[in-house]
Amino acid sequence: MNTVADARKITVVTECAECPVSAKNPAHWRLDFPILKERVHGKQLIYLDNGATTQKPEVVIAAEVAYYKHFNSNIHRGVHALSQKATEAFEDARVKVQHLLNARHAEEIIFTRGTTEAINLVAQSYARPRLQPGDEIILSTMEHHANIVPWQMVCAQTGAAIKIVPINDDGEFIFDEYLRLLGPRTRLVGIVHVSNALGTVNPVKEIIRAAHAHGVPVLVDGAQAVAHAKVNVQELDCDFYAFSGHKLYGPTGVGVLFGKRALLEEMPPYQGGGDMIRSVTFEKTEYNVLPYKFEAGTPNIAGAIALGAAIDYVTQIGFDAIGGHEHDLLEYATAQVSDVPGLRLIGTAARKAAILSFVMDGAHPHDIGTILDHQGVAVRAGHHCAMPLMQRFGVPATVRASLALYNDRDDVDALIAGLHKVKELFG
Amino acid sequence: MMGDLRELYQEVIFDHYKKPRNFHKLQGADCCADGNNPLCGDRFTVYLKLKDDRIADVSFQGCGCAISTASASLMTEVLKGKTVADAEHLFQGFHAMVTDTGVSFHPELGKLEVLGGVREFPARVKCATLAWHTLNAALRGQGSVSTE
Repeated sequence: MNTVADARKITVVTECAECPVSAKNPAHWRLDFPILKERVHGKQLIYLDNGATTQKPEVVIAAEVAYYKHFNSNIHRGVHALSQKATEAFEDARVKVQHLLNARHAEEIIFTRGTTEAINLVAQSYARPRLQPGDEIILSTMEHHANIVPWQMVCAQTGAAIKIVPINDDGEFIFDEYLRLLGPRTRLVGIVHVSNALGTVNPVKEIIRAAHAHGVPVLVDGAQAVAHAKVNVQELDCDFYAFSGHKLYGPTGVGVLFGKRALLEEMPPYQGGGDMIRSVTFEKTEYNVLPYKFEAGTPNIAGAIALGAAIDYVTQIGFDAIGGHEHDLLEYATAQVSDVPGLRLIGTAARKAAILSFVMDGAHPHDIGTILDHQGVAVRAGHHCAMPLMQRFGVPATVRASLALYNDRDDVDALIAGLHKVKELFG
Repeated sequence: MMGDLRELYQEVIFDHYKKPRNFHKLQGADCCADGNNPLCGDRFTVYLKLKDDRIADVSFQGCGCAISTASASLMTEVLKGKTVADAEHLFQGFHAMVTDTGVSFHPELGKLEVLGGVREFPARVKCATLAWHTLNAALRGQGSVSTE
């Protein structure tokens, strides 16, 4: 029984004890995530629902706990030591986000509740005052509802209209159709960086360049992108970039809107309240400067600080290492699922992030989800908040396995074994 | 593990999933309703033909998972010839069976008993009850119902 593999395992543990964030070896990364030791239905948890939310490494959990245990207090107002420490940690987190996105200025980073709130902020604060009847907003077929509904709301408020860039059968953005839609009435382009339901990586840089040629700003929904690749907002030249902390190994309830400073400065506040003002009288209120103008009320302080810890974590490993590992795993998983009889992948773009969306003959995604769950394999089954996209592919729902840095080939093998069980049950 | 799943996915369920009964649009239906579960995309239409206070005929159409399809199919079989009051009574009995682990079996549910395994799978209760909520909407003259 004492095999080479066992010996290797022991070495790994020793190395990790010395180096908790073992940046070099993907096999070490999963040890940083305590939840991955959990058992579900008596089976080892195999977590493949990272598109919905990622698990949190110990350092992120510790950062949130440390705030509440040692310096919980409100920010930007206290004269006492704890408040100063909390303010410092909160503002440090902002700088970490700035560096993560390579934003030019820290005040271009607005903390929100998540991607959804960030997009709503732009829709209401940037778009609404500018839109006129007949104006157009361009979106794509593969948008998440979070990048559809806020625009529908602002269109209903202003009389503007939404134009949709179609996708091809592989789930790729059709650039020629986009160029046809871009025109003198276009006021804004909203595009998802990585599709949550298909994994397609969109050519956002080219999309932005084409929009800018028409003087049109672009909002990028980066919810599914930030955990998988280095995002550089200056290189992309995007006007707005939104993401959620919890899909980047951080906590729920905190997210980010990046906006170019010149645009943010022109925009009115999104919500009114404390912290976003400089002075208030009942006659007139003077708003605070960026970024506080957009951060009314006490924010998710612990969440922002822990998001900062998550950014430190992924930065230490490095996006080259994460991307390389996930790409290898995606290739392996794609080959493995393709061998399952009757399985059809939905989303086969040439440039893809580590997401596998699929349907199977004779078995509904919901049933597949239940059977996989019973083997400890957590996947998402449903429309993935992208109902127009499901319609495009003529399916009511798909099964989605979405990978993260801590997943490995064993996880993929467990998924495949689960799919064979589905076959066994459903025939 | 497979034991538990076999409780949920009994042969009768597969049979009704693969060959749903009364699976067509009912010509001359007196009432119908659409039911959908937006979370998983399941969507059914239930058609009813009433004679006096009795369900003379009932059928359904649509698309759903094994649990929701089998439940709809079995429901149409059980309902034929029942009074509207019976149907409502059956719905209550069925709902109790799939949600309450302490409930004793309601004899008139007949073959619907095979869906009793759903009570161990709370995430699937909405699948099992979708057709029933749709039936209810049809009987009450509501055009559509959503179980989200």
